[in-house]
Amino acid sequence: MNVVTPFEGIGASLRRKEDFRFLQGRGQYVDDINRPGQTHAVMLRSPHAHATIDRIDTAAARAMPGVKAIFVGEDMAAEAIGGIPCGWQIHNKDGSPMAEPMHPALALGKVRHVGDPVAVVIAETKAQARDAAEAILVAYTPLPAVSGTEAALKPGAPQVHEAAAGNLCYDWHIGDKAAQEAAFARAARVVKFETTNNRLVPNAMEPRAAIGDFDAFSGDYTLYTTSQNPHVIRLLMGAFVLHIPESKLRVVAPDVGGGFGSKIYHYAEEAIVTWAAGKVKRPIKWTCERSESFMSDAHGRDHVSTAELALDAEGKILGLKVHTLANMGAYLSTFAPCVPTYLYATLLSGVYATPVIYAEVKAVFTNTVPVDAYRGAGRPEATYLLERLMDVAAAEAGLDKVEFRRRNFIRPDQFPYQTPVALQYDSGDYHATLAMALEAADWAGFEGRRAAAKAQGRLRGIGISTYVEACGIAPSAVVGSLGARAGLYEVGTIRVHPTGSVTVLTGAHSHGQGHETTFAQLVADKLGVPTANVDIVHGDTAKVPFGMGTYGSRSLAVGGSAMDKAMDKIIAKGKRIAAHLMEASVEDVEFERGTFRVAGTDRTKSLTDISLAAYVPHNYPIDEIEPGLEETAFYDPKNFTYPGGCHICEVEIDPDTGRTTVVNFTAVDDVGRVINPMIVEGQVQGGIAQGIGQALLEAAVYDASGQLLSGSFMDYTMPRAGDLPDVGVATHTTLCTHNPLGVKGCGEVGAIGSPPAVMNAVVDALRDYGVRHVEMPATPQKIWGIVNAHRIAAE
Amino acid sequence: MPQVTLTVNGTKHTVEVEARTLLVEALRETLRLTGTHVGCDTSQCGACVVHMGGDSVKSCTILAVQCEGSDITTIEGLAAADGTLHPMQEAFREYHALQCGFCTPGMVMSAIDLVNKHPDGMTEQQIREGLEGNLCRCTGYHNIVKAIAAAQDVMHGRVSELARAAAE
Repeated sequence: MNVVTPFEGIGASLRRKEDFRFLQGRGQYVDDINRPGQTHAVMLRSPHAHATIDRIDTAAARAMPGVKAIFVGEDMAAEAIGGIPCGWQIHNKDGSPMAEPMHPALALGKVRHVGDPVAVVIAETKAQARDAAEAILVAYTPLPAVSGTEAALKPGAPQVHEAAAGNLCYDWHIGDKAAQEAAFARAARVVKFETTNNRLVPNAMEPRAAIGDFDAFSGDYTLYTTSQNPHVIRLLMGAFVLHIPESKLRVVAPDVGGGFGSKIYHYAEEAIVTWAAGKVKRPIKWTCERSESFMSDAHGRDHVSTAELALDAEGKILGLKVHTLANMGAYLSTFAPCVPTYLYATLLSGVYATPVIYAEVKAVFTNTVPVDAYRGAGRPEATYLLERLMDVAAAEAGLDKVEFRRRNFIRPDQFPYQTPVALQYDSGDYHATLAMALEAADWAGFEGRRAAAKAQGRLRGIGISTYVEACGIAPSAVVGSLGARAGLYEVGTIRVHPTGSVTVLTGAHSHGQGHETTFAQLVADKLGVPTANVDIVHGDTAKVPFGMGTYGSRSLAVGGSAMDKAMDKIIAKGKRIAAHLMEASVEDVEFERGTFRVAGTDRTKSLTDISLAAYVPHNYPIDEIEPGLEETAFYDPKNFTYPGGCHICEVEIDPDTGRTTVVNFTAVDDVGRVINPMIVEGQVQGGIAQGIGQALLEAAVYDASGQLLSGSFMDYTMPRAGDLPDVGVATHTTLCTHNPLGVKGCGEVGAIGSPPAVMNAVVDALRDYGVRHVEMPATPQKIWGIVNAHRIAAE
Repeated sequence: MPQVTLTVNGTKHTVEVEARTLLVEALRETLRLTGTHVGCDTSQCGACVVHMGGDSVKSCTILAVQCEGSDITTIEGLAAADGTLHPMQEAFREYHALQCGFCTPGMVMSAIDLVNKHPDGMTEQQIREGLEGNLCRCTGYHNIVKAIAAAQDVMHGRVSELARAAAE
């Protein structure tokens, strides 16, 4: 019997369904899966950033105990295995396509970054495979390497690829250059600002893993993989790399322990174990070690930018000019080219009514791990650039930083708002989120807190960030015209079983987002089925019709909307069945939360009555309606969604140690309609933790020779509990106008809005030292250096 | 190969392992108790924390043969036979202290040991410092700290100001 409590629907902070298994050690992550007869793979990786491979001697390794096979790049090339494909093609200013060098799964003749896989060893146990990998002799001739983003374009820089002259991947632009120049010509003031957006390592806590399985009887391949989007992996790997038809290839992404973007991409190891499983006729498991993750998971960010802002005499923005260099690493990862272009430059209007914008972006190859989307993907880089620039500009124009922002905000009555860089924002209220945040953070009382801190010898600063971002990248036709090689719709199937329980098949994938709960709430709210009777199925191409996966905060806005459309179809069919059973006209049947009613009467049928009739069609309009109650919808959005808001951070700096402590953090975000407030708060808090990590702690550091210096948790500073504050999170809702749920997305707002709030606070804390800018991360060493230099100068 | 006898979650096992086998490998690969996770290779992340004789240990940093005769509790052994969750598990669920779930087993095992070692209770700051050995990339720790604050009161049989504040 379906009895739904009112607390389970939209707006309820329902505790998560998935937690029971996770809390009892019953989650099933890829490394927890063991296939009968399974063997183990270890990748031998390059220790050099750039080298030719002169010879690989595997004879001794092949003779080691338990070794089943060893493969190198030439073995795959001999079978015409394709390169790892890129999913997005950017075009240069002159219309020519970007440079897109081949990315072999196993290196062919040359290695291009530390960690580039050179050989795979397959053995009965992982220890045996590791032992054998150590016995492979590779003769390398090291070549000069380039790791720095700016260094890559310098004349004479080492060439990463023959097919990319001068290490240039593309030289792209957006906006109206002539209009920008005209606006600058009449400006009262132009403020110039240069900054680097630090390179980060995503570091989901579950290391990547993959199991390749080949069924010799059917000829079918199965790949179990730590992926955010199994259907995309099936498409990319099947069609472009291994040439296996979709019908013969199943990709399963079971419980996945965090992604943050790093598990979107099709990785070489997935193709290697799948292909090799067909060779050795045994399942092959590969599980990444953390030090391997550092040198093989796609990194994030890594921009070097110059921005110029033109202001009139009243402090109104006249125009913006941006030049950005973006590091692609050694090869193009799946989404990499679109991150610094269509996910970054298109966001440069921010929350401001900037009349003209011109942005140029050059992407470069370096001898480093590929760089791709990491939580926020382009929008954190744009937001950081803009929001630091706003503080710098306000200071130089002698304006209050809050008033300066407010003066330039897009007003609520200007929506829908067309920016000069392609996006059209559908809704938002930046004045409202600002006002809420200022009050919640007690902005007005800050100077008292600053004085109190100063009396105790500490430097206190406050920083603000007002931001908008773009989620649920779409529509397919538009992204296709911009270079996407896939559609960006989502698929949802609602299967109402005969006795009324519901299975939802979704192409979105949950790796921490709580879909099994939130999506069940959508069904409870609309169909009146209690969440306990709703099962969410995701992450298996053999079960779910199709899907594009989870990234860019798209699951609810796109995937949830697909479910909503499928439920509309269920209700429409249910009404026809109900009309027959109640001998009424279809137009007279109403549906609300589980009950079909003949309008104005007490004649009703439950959803369960209808589903039973649909599957046991004894009294059924069989000539007009097919039996069964299952509907699928493909939803292709009309536009992105545009979450936005205001983050305020307060820091205290100990001038003797240079240590920055975040003492207060306030976030007011507009994520559209909130389905589960508890989960939304958790997503925002987690995003802010990553943003504070970027601002104060984290940096992927390469030396000039291309060695990754921050290659373990001993060297790369992950935020720990003691590094982070209690975070105050609130929401203010304006509805998305173009999807049926009114939702916008909450997964990335924290990581997008927070870094500039933190850094504006750091610079504010150092205002007596005449500091204009501090680069991320604001490590104690860096801050102490600034304070100490000032002390020496003062003496 | 060496033999080692362990009592895991109340059940005695005698297993053959290579001398180099880590406790976490014996648990995951030999006993198929996959609730204990491996998140790093430098003893930093704490996803592998189990209890050995009631104390938390990083099971990636101890050899199986060093555990001869010891009593091991893993995440699988916390809930009662009737399915009732341990107060720490219940608090993690109530306070939404987990997202992807990967760090959770180690986080819960560390948290229980932390509470057991502080019978007089911990402040929020003490809890944060006590989690030094456990990394979480999803939650920002905010709700983990709240869950532990609430669970310690249940485990110690009292309700404190901290729990009341956390509940608000």
